[in-house]
Amino acid sequence: MGMQWEGKSFIDNLPKIYGVYTGGFLAFFALMAILEQMGVGADMIGILFVGFTIVIYAFIGVLSRTMAVDAYYVAGRSVPPVFNGMATAADWMSGASFVAMAGGIFMAGHGYMAFIVGWTGGYILVATLMAPYLRKFGCYTVPDFVGTRYGGKLARFCAIVVLIVASFTYVTAQITATGTIAARALQIPFEAGVWFGLAGILVCSMLGGMRAVTWTQVAQYIVLIVAYLIPIFWMSIAQGFGPFPQLAYGGAVERIMELEPVIGVGTKAVEAVPGLGVLTTLHATPKEGAIAAWQFVTLVACMMIGTASLPHILMRYFTTPSVRDARTSVAWSLFFIFLLYFSAPALATFSKLQMIDPTLPTAIIGKSIDEVMALNWIQKWGAIGLLAVKDGNADGILQINEFFLNPDIIVLATPEMAGLPYVISGLVAAGGMAAAMSTADGLLLAMANALSHDLYYKIIDPKAETKKRLLTARILLVVIGAAGALVASMKLTGILGAVAWAFCFAMSGLFFPLVLGVWWKRANRPGAIAGMVGGLGVGWWYLLAVRNPKEWYGLAEPWLGLNDLRFGIVGIVASLVCMVVVTLLTAAPDEETQRMVDEVRIPRGDTIIGAKA
Amino acid sequence: MTQLTQEQRALHWQRTRTLMIVHLTIWFIFSYVVHWFAVELNAIKFFGWPLGYYMSAQGSLVVFVVQLFMFSKQQHAIDVEFGVAEEE
Repeated sequence: MGMQWEGKSFIDNLPKIYGVYTGGFLAFFALMAILEQMGVGADMIGILFVGFTIVIYAFIGVLSRTMAVDAYYVAGRSVPPVFNGMATAADWMSGASFVAMAGGIFMAGHGYMAFIVGWTGGYILVATLMAPYLRKFGCYTVPDFVGTRYGGKLARFCAIVVLIVASFTYVTAQITATGTIAARALQIPFEAGVWFGLAGILVCSMLGGMRAVTWTQVAQYIVLIVAYLIPIFWMSIAQGFGPFPQLAYGGAVERIMELEPVIGVGTKAVEAVPGLGVLTTLHATPKEGAIAAWQFVTLVACMMIGTASLPHILMRYFTTPSVRDARTSVAWSLFFIFLLYFSAPALATFSKLQMIDPTLPTAIIGKSIDEVMALNWIQKWGAIGLLAVKDGNADGILQINEFFLNPDIIVLATPEMAGLPYVISGLVAAGGMAAAMSTADGLLLAMANALSHDLYYKIIDPKAETKKRLLTARILLVVIGAAGALVASMKLTGILGAVAWAFCFAMSGLFFPLVLGVWWKRANRPGAIAGMVGGLGVGWWYLLAVRNPKEWYGLAEPWLGLNDLRFGIVGIVASLVCMVVVTLLTAAPDEETQRMVDEVRIPRGDTIIGAKA
Repeated sequence: MTQLTQEQRALHWQRTRTLMIVHLTIWFIFSYVVHWFAVELNAIKFFGWPLGYYMSAQGSLVVFVVQLFMFSKQQHAIDVEFGVAEEE
């Protein structure tokens, strides 16, 4: 079947296509609910949810296969801003956002909110400093910009290195997440889940490159946002907070703050359960003092600047039809991301209130241990080690410091705590899978494209023909994916740690070379190389040093309380200093480069790379 | 397409830069300044929320979203004024 993937009729039909798709997904959800009522088991429903959605993505991926360079690298530059916004939102929101965020807020209170602020506000930097100019440039990849703006193979190579370090760190976390969810929903071992997840990811990207990833990401966004919001709306209505809990949960926060001293939040646990913790942090009360405030703003800064430096996000804005569309598309991206992020604290709040408020039927704190242990969801999640009950003071009553949990169960188990049918849990599993797969796809594509376009075509073999280039791109995709899965199956770091590191690596190496490439005409090649090498090198050294204070790296105490989640602050300062000093010590870029920068700054006219070729 | 003079280019870029600085100033306030004073703001109640918490859960986010749609409009207006917007 020949299918039209670009051009006016396809673009005009997009709202209809995805409207039908959304309706179909909701119908599937209804069908599952009916099957559950008819007595189909919970396991089967989980398998059907995850299996059905992956088949749909694979179908889109296969249909949108291509052999054209423009379609493979930048989706033919024909993605309308609203749809690119949805795709970016899926690209952006990882398994960590979907599964771990509400749980993090639940456990760590205000300190964790730095992720919410940091992972949204970064888009202001993307829109004002980068996206429109990179789109005008007309590059295929982020290193393509660096290589053309500064000239020379070495600058391009440095950008490839930073991209690979940051994206590979990130992708292992995503493949781990797909493995965890697949393992749980399909009831297979974790290692098998990892390879199964990878197969799903590759089917979406291998045949159609950016074009296929774009249209599967839109589909994945719809699944993940529906899966995140339906349980929240449902729970809110069930608890009498009305249909828009995001606007009405102030009262619930107030009630939690009243209850906290009564039930004794903050008392340490008597016993310890490995991998699990008890709630000891206040819900909405920030820690006092300048150090806590400093910790908050430095984490916000790392997440924001990292956002604006991550190549898999920046390259999404290469796919819009115009510079103006790239700009509006950033606004739409943030809007779609906002829908999930402003709901996460509401979910954390409701979930906590229903556990601790003695006037609610769902409360467990203050109940007798026997009564709590008889609950279905306590038994189920207890059996796989995600929660535990230990009667520390042996009074037979469950206290807040006797309830141990893994934060991830806030999203995964809240529907069951609230007594919602299992079909909701199946939906949540499909949503988490969509979130992790879409991010992994974007990251793998960013890496494979940089290696095939920048390293292979631009540096090693500039005469390679199209067919060979695209074949290389696909082989690299499989190889990098397999490497990621191999590392993921070794379970090296927690999901959140690896995600924060990726942001810090990206900001250390790429932020200033990209921004100053547009905003400072004087910036030159030696400066950019110094900025990338210096930033990545110093950032990496600092990460190793704070992680291993006893080793030879020469750092006994972290500077200013900057721990391993915040090493990007050190890296980016080094990057700025190196880039400015070296630039000023060497000659200004030539006339042609300066004219190129002038052209980048106005939307009108041909793309820079298109005009050069 | 008429050629831009150097002065027009410089003026267009100056206006673009001013717009960027205005938006980054607002961004700085709602990303850092507001949250630096979270403890103090929490003393104020906002529809039941302590204000410091509210700003991190929703307030800053709403500002960012509105800001980006406005930025996109304003930058386009500058481009149209100088005749450097893309043809439709």
